Order: sequence, then structure tokens, then C-alpha cells
Amino acid sequence: MMPNGAKAIVIGASAGAVQALSQILPRLPATYPLPVVIVVHVPADPSGLVALFASKCAIRVREPDDKEPIESACVYFAPPGYHMLVEDDRTIALSLDEPVLYSRPSIDVLFQSAADSYGEGLIGVMLTGANEDGAVGSAAIIDAGGTVLVEDPEHAFADTMPRAALARCPSALTLSLDAIADRLAQVGTI
Amino acid sequence: MDATLNQPASEPVEEIETYLLLEALHRRYHYDFRHYARASIRRRLRQACQQLGFASISMMQDALLHDEAVLTRLLDFLTVQVSEMFRDPGYFKAIREKVVPHLQTYPSLKIWIAGCSGGEELYSFAILLQEEGLLDRTLIYATDINPTALETAQKGIYALDRIATFTRNHQRSGGRTSLSDYYSSAYDRVVFDRKLRERVVFSDHSLANDAVFAECQFVSCRNVMIYFDRPLQDRALGLFRDSLSRRGFLGLGSKETLRFSEHADAFTEFVREEKIYRRRDA
Repeated sequence: MMPNGAKAIVIGASAGAVQALSQILPRLPATYPLPVVIVVHVPADPSGLVALFASKCAIRVREPDDKEPIESACVYFAPPGYHMLVEDDRTIALSLDEPVLYSRPSIDVLFQSAADSYGEGLIGVMLTGANEDGAVGSAAIIDAGGTVLVEDPEHAFADTMPRAALARCPSALTLSLDAIADRLAQVGTI
Repeated sequence: MDATLNQPASEPVEEIETYLLLEALHRRYHYDFRHYARASIRRRLRQACQQLGFASISMMQDALLHDEAVLTRLLDFLTVQVSEMFRDPGYFKAIREKVVPHLQTYPSLKIWIAGCSGGEELYSFAILLQEEGLLDRTLIYATDINPTALETAQKGIYALDRIATFTRNHQRSGGRTSLSDYYSSAYDRVVFDRKLRERVVFSDHSLANDAVFAECQFVSCRNVMIYFDRPLQDRALGLFRDSLSRRGFLGLGSKETLRFSEHADAFTEFVREEKIYRRRDA
């Protein structure tokens, strides 16, 4: 079910994100074999996400600069107010293009570019959220041969985002937060 | 078909189309986006294709080559830049507090706003310089590749609903006056005072193709190079280094860095957290 050739993980979350990510990110070891690239919709600048999760996590947590190389064993949070994309040479590209679905950073923008770059080696994770951002991006990941995991809408803090993703991606896996954390923690260890 | 004729991993058709369109755009109209960061270009071309109603990037290329009107519309997608006045107020505050004391020692100043887009950054600088008593002896170069953006910058007209953000930013940047001193409103728009642009030279200039044109004490180029690939970024930074006077200042966007550039050694950090650098001279 989970590809052994996984190269990167992308995660999208909105309302309720901090709680949901708190169940996942602390489970990843300091030597985690993949990069984890995350878009959370946050109004505030600075977002405080890096400080918050750095204190809870073994894995390194960063808010990247433009052109920063994407490395394994590191979590990257999109800087507030910027879209974050993955370049073909596996570096971070930031953009100030218009918000998508009122959001910048946008989950769709990250997922689409990461799907272009990583293809079947990409695992996308859609968590709680109250808008439909990420549904189109999830479909792009599936189209490129990647895998999409979606938080069970029945138990999500806000179910709009996971439901929208599932509606666009019938082949996505619906899992509890715990099960998502298990899967991600196991990637690369098998 | 003989499989050996195929490349080992066949390139996506969209990549070929993108390469060809950028080549066509350059050869036909001399706009050079060939070294723009590919992930953003891909997104913008997909958007342009969809919104301009083309079935593929190749179809758009065909129209572009034969109809100049398509160029103008495509440029608006490729150079879209959303900015605001006094964006990142801390940047302007640092300029007031740490850079202005140096600028005050010059009898005359030249400042280059590279990639000025619709002029928001330009008017921010003009107002700051006015407040600091420097505008009268400063010449500002405002350059961009998009003629529509330059025209907007030259007019200095903005939607009224953007003024609240501009005003808040201006105050947070340490503004000594009221932003409303510099514009007059009419209906749902505001027009910035023409005095602010009396000392401004607006010009078409491409960081991809054009050369150094003046010696400046300050170059501000924020959130422009995030759209460039590394080689083009290096070209632009080389231009800035050569444009700056001895120990001149360079301001970048808040998430931009010289760390990954071949010109990193040509500059020193001046205000690290605001991405203000200074040319390194013995």
C-alpha cells in the first residue's frame, strides 16, 4: 500500500492543523529518510509554527528561504504569505503569485509542483481544513502516479478539506490521524 | 516503433512545449523568460492557457507568434506581481534607522528599484526619502520589463481599498508623516502626488538581457529574483554588484538570500534579519 520508492512527503492542513500535525510530526525520527514539505493556512506573520514544532519534534523543522535545497530528515513549513513550490532540481521555490482559493500559501500550488517534480515518488497527506484547497493538488499527485492519504473526515476537526480531496481522488486512502502517523513513520524503514 | 529511438525516460510533452514557447517568445519579441524558475513558469503558463482559452501550450505559441495582441495578455500572466506599499515594514524601518545615516553623507544619491512592477515599492521609497529629507537630492531609477506595469507605476493610481494596508504598513515602518499627505482620492481610487515622481526615471530594463546603466548607492530588488533560476539570479546579482558604488547597499525580499549565489562573497550582511546587504570593498 505504501510505495517503497517514496522520495518526499507533502502535507496540507488548515483549520485544526496544529492539533493534527502534533499527532504526526513528533513521530518522525531525527534520521527520517524523506523530506516533509508542509503548507498550513496561517494568518499570522511570523507564523510561530517552526518554533512550536521544533520544540516537539526530533526531526529538523525549518521555514525555508527561496532556492534552499530540499533535504531528507527535515520538515519545511511554507513561509506565511508566500506560495511554496518544489523545483525539478529539488530546491524550494517561493512565489508571490495571487492567492489560490483565498490562500497563500496554497496547498494546491505545493502539491501540483511536487507532483511534477517527484511523480510516483510523492506521498500527499490531506488533513483537517474548512475550505477546498488541496483537492486539485491531490488529484495531480494521483495523476502523476503518487499516493494520497486523507484524514478520515468523520473524525477531522474540519471535514471540508478531506471531503473535497476524497471527492476528487477516489483512489486516495482514508485513514485516522494515528494510522497516517504510523504509515509515515514506517516509510523507508521496511 | 524502435524503442531505442526513444530517450530512456521520455520528457513530458508539456516540458517540450514550455521550452519551445519560451524560445519563441524570446526570438519573436525579445522577452527572455528562459531562465525563470521553472515551477512558477509552468503554473503561469497553465493558467494563461486555461484563461486565454487555448487547448495546449503549443496552440498558445502559435497564436503568440502570429498575433502581437496575445503577447500583451501573456505578459500579464508571466510577470504578475502582487505587491503593497511598505511591504515588510521592518525593511523600511531598518533603512530609516540604519541605512539613511550613511545615505545622508552623499551630496547626491542614485537609487535603483529593480523590477518595480506597479510602483508600490517605488512610492514607498519616495515617501521615505521625502520624510528623511533626501528626496530632493536623489534620482530614482524604476525599471521593469512589463510596459503595462511601468505605465501603472508612472501613473501612481491605486484602488482605494488597498490604502488601509498601505497606511498600516507605512506607520509600522516608522513613517514620520501621514500617508494621506501624499495622495488625493477620487471615487474608488487614489492618485499619488506627482512631486514624488519628479525625480524618478522610469525605464524598460531586463535583468536577463540588459547591462549596468548607472552607479547607485542603493539597489532594492525584492521578490523579483524568487522567479529566476540560479544562473539568472547570479546574472542579476552580478549586475547589482557592478551597479553599486563602493560599499553600496542591496535590499532583498524577506525570504531571499545570497547564500546560494556565486556572488555571496561580493557582499556582507548589513541588517541580517531584513536582508539588507552591503557591497564588500576593501
